[in-house]
Amino acid sequence: MNIVVCIKQVPDTTQVKIDPETNTLIREGVDSIINPFDMYAIEEGVRLKERFGGKTTVLTMGPPQAVAALREAIALGCDDAILVSDRAFAGSDTLATGYTLANAIRRIGDFDIILCGKQASDGDTAQVGPGIATQLDIPQITYVKKIEKIEDKTMVAERMTEEGFEIIQTSLPCLITVVKEINEPRLPSLKGKMRAKKAEIAVWKALDIDADEGQLGLGGSPTWVSKIFTPPPRPSGEMFDGDPEEAVTKLVHLLKDRLN
Amino acid sequence: MSIKILDDKCTGCTLCLNVCPFAAITMKDKKAVIDLDKCTLCGACLDSCKFKGIEIQRSTNKTPHLEDYKGIWVFAEQKRGIVQPVAFELLGKSRELADKLKTEVTAVFIGHNITDHAKQLIHRGADKVIVVDNPKLEHFLDEPYTKVLVQLVRKYRPAIFLCGATFMGRSLVSRVAVKLHTGLTADCTGLDVDTKEGFLLQTRPAFGGNIMATILSKNHRPQMATVRHKVFKESELDKSRKGEIIEEKIATSLLSSRTKLLDIVEEVTATINIAEANIIVSGGRGMRGPENFALLEELAQVLGGAVGSSRAAVDSGWMPYSHQVGQTGKTVCPKIYIACGISGQIQHLVGMQSSDIIIAINKDASAPIFTVATFGIVGDVFEVVPLLTRKFKEALRR
Ligand SMILES: Cc1cc2nc3c(=O)[nH]c(=O)nc-3n(C[C@H](O)[C@H](O)[C@H](O)COP(=O)(O)OP(=O)(O)OC[C@H]3O[C@@H](n4cnc5c(N)ncnc54)[C@H](O)[C@@H]3O)c2cc1C
Ligand SMILES: Nc1ncnc2c1ncn2[C@@H]1O[C@H](COP(=O)(O)O)[C@@H](O)[C@H]1O
Repeated sequence: MNIVVCIKQVPDTTQVKIDPETNTLIREGVDSIINPFDMYAIEEGVRLKERFGGKTTVLTMGPPQAVAALREAIALGCDDAILVSDRAFAGSDTLATGYTLANAIRRIGDFDIILCGKQASDGDTAQVGPGIATQLDIPQITYVKKIEKIEDKTMVAERMTEEGFEIIQTSLPCLITVVKEINEPRLPSLKGKMRAKKAEIAVWKALDIDADEGQLGLGGSPTWVSKIFTPPPRPSGEMFDGDPEEAVTKLVHLLKDRLN
Repeated sequence: MSIKILDDKCTGCTLCLNVCPFAAITMKDKKAVIDLDKCTLCGACLDSCKFKGIEIQRSTNKTPHLEDYKGIWVFAEQKRGIVQPVAFELLGKSRELADKLKTEVTAVFIGHNITDHAKQLIHRGADKVIVVDNPKLEHFLDEPYTKVLVQLVRKYRPAIFLCGATFMGRSLVSRVAVKLHTGLTADCTGLDVDTKEGFLLQTRPAFGGNIMATILSKNHRPQMATVRHKVFKESELDKSRKGEIIEEKIATSLLSSRTKLLDIVEEVTATINIAEANIIVSGGRGMRGPENFALLEELAQVLGGAVGSSRAAVDSGWMPYSHQVGQTGKTVCPKIYIACGISGQIQHLVGMQSSDIIIAINKDASAPIFTVATFGIVGDVFEVVPLLTRKFKEALRR
């Protein structure tokens, strides 16, 4: 069974703060991490390989420093890693990202399952996974919280919905996007860390993935950011710290009209 | 494709330095310089420059026959024949945008045995409803639903196409947009139109809600967006409204699917799912155990709301994951969010901080949840929550 895991390196949003004076983002000291949902995709990719044999390849499109995310994924058990990196990819929106990753996966060639995170914490779009599946013309199951079984070139998985979940069967090859409930990621092993340090990581440029230049980066992106601004701060609230009975009475009085 | 600073226009004012989310701009010899290794060409700086000193060359790729695309479409999501509330929210907003653009609103309604329900979409503000009623479309499946929408868009050419940012919506229209080779903006919290150019101005949070971005698809049609639940008001029901219902037949050969639905399992403990709830009562580690969530259920019931949870409570096995609010759970935007025994770590806040009113109950006055609270009560949840239940019951006579 050959698995491809797509991961993204993202700024640790929990460290991103707004400078109250200039009203802009403070970026100093913000680390880069693997997108939280992608940690579950890596773990699932490694588990599938352990169960069925084969190989798990981890793939990212990003700047040269994204290689750190790939090394971490190797430490966690992935076999191979590929960095897709070129100035030509800068400014990619989800359409161009999906196109680029799909082309890279075509070059990897033989795959049965592609794993993505549910969404990336910097953009929160949840569009890249389905985008890759559509470009490759393969079926998808989004928001997977459990793979029930894989046999005879089919997979049965539980897909989270607003009300609970659906049980869906698909033929392979397929792409799934995973949510947190699917597993509990392991910590990197010592052996894995050693391997990660030494691993050679392939770097593919636009030319290496047989891409149509017009579909890459900014030029291949229909959506443009026209403005970025900081959201208005929440008006400061009212605190009640005295007698609870009194506090609750006041609060109920303030809210009563909004509830009818 | 690239970006450059026009040295003759740059005055060295440094305004662009602060807006760059990637710290890619520095000053050298009193002129701005862009570090191309850090720049993602996101375009945030363009707007900040008062002297038109930054230029991005973009592609001139266009959807062919762009001028022919007209009108606003809403995907009217239904489950078991019941139109989901987010569709009414979209109809409300679309009506407003269509009136500004002097154009029509069309609802697209896909399923089986649903034709009789199409009228309500007219009553809620649609001028037309396109119905595709077929046994193969009874339940949502990505591939047949995608093929239907792609076919309809190619035939009718809408300028704008909106869909709820639901599990179904986000999965479905991601595929549709790729097939149509057009732009799609995810999870918008604000929509407006440029009446001169007909552009859809799509505003959404990024970086965990730390910044907002307004996004345009100038050269591609339809301009597609998914829209978060609960940010727009449902349109009013007006049974006297008239409109046209168009029944579209789709060739059955188009409706094949490589995925198959085997079963639907509903597990949400309360009757309402949290993404659709107007009021959410959420509990965290401060609730101390699963049995105490009954206190929250009671309060939620009195208020007509749903019960949510922090990740700590989900990880402890007190609540199912489908109730988790936050970065690795659901993003919610209710009218009232009541956080009980939740400390308010940033991963939780990003999932609920756009709620209209936030009430926090925590015994630690320095808990970060109070920084976003509209009303904060410093106190013990086991004392305050039952009091709230009792007092609201009295006040609302429920
Ligand atoms: C990658 C990543 C993703 C994450 N995603 C999420 C997410 O999606 N959602 C999420 O919620 N978290 C998420 N977290 C976890 C988050 O960082 C916090 O650990 C979590 O939200 C804490 O939950 P809590 O507030 O219930 O618990 P705690 O932080 O332990 O807070 C409990 C609070 O209860 C108060 N308390 C205790 N007893 C009482 C009492 N009797 N009366 C009143 N108050 C009381 C305490 O003062 C304390 O403030 C994520 C973390 C990471 C690293
Ligand atoms: N640049 C990228 N490189 C590799 N995988 C990506 C990239 N961007 C997004 N993905 C994958 O797509 C998922 C959804 O991302 P998004 O659509 O950006 O929310 C992520 O969890 C990753 O699995």
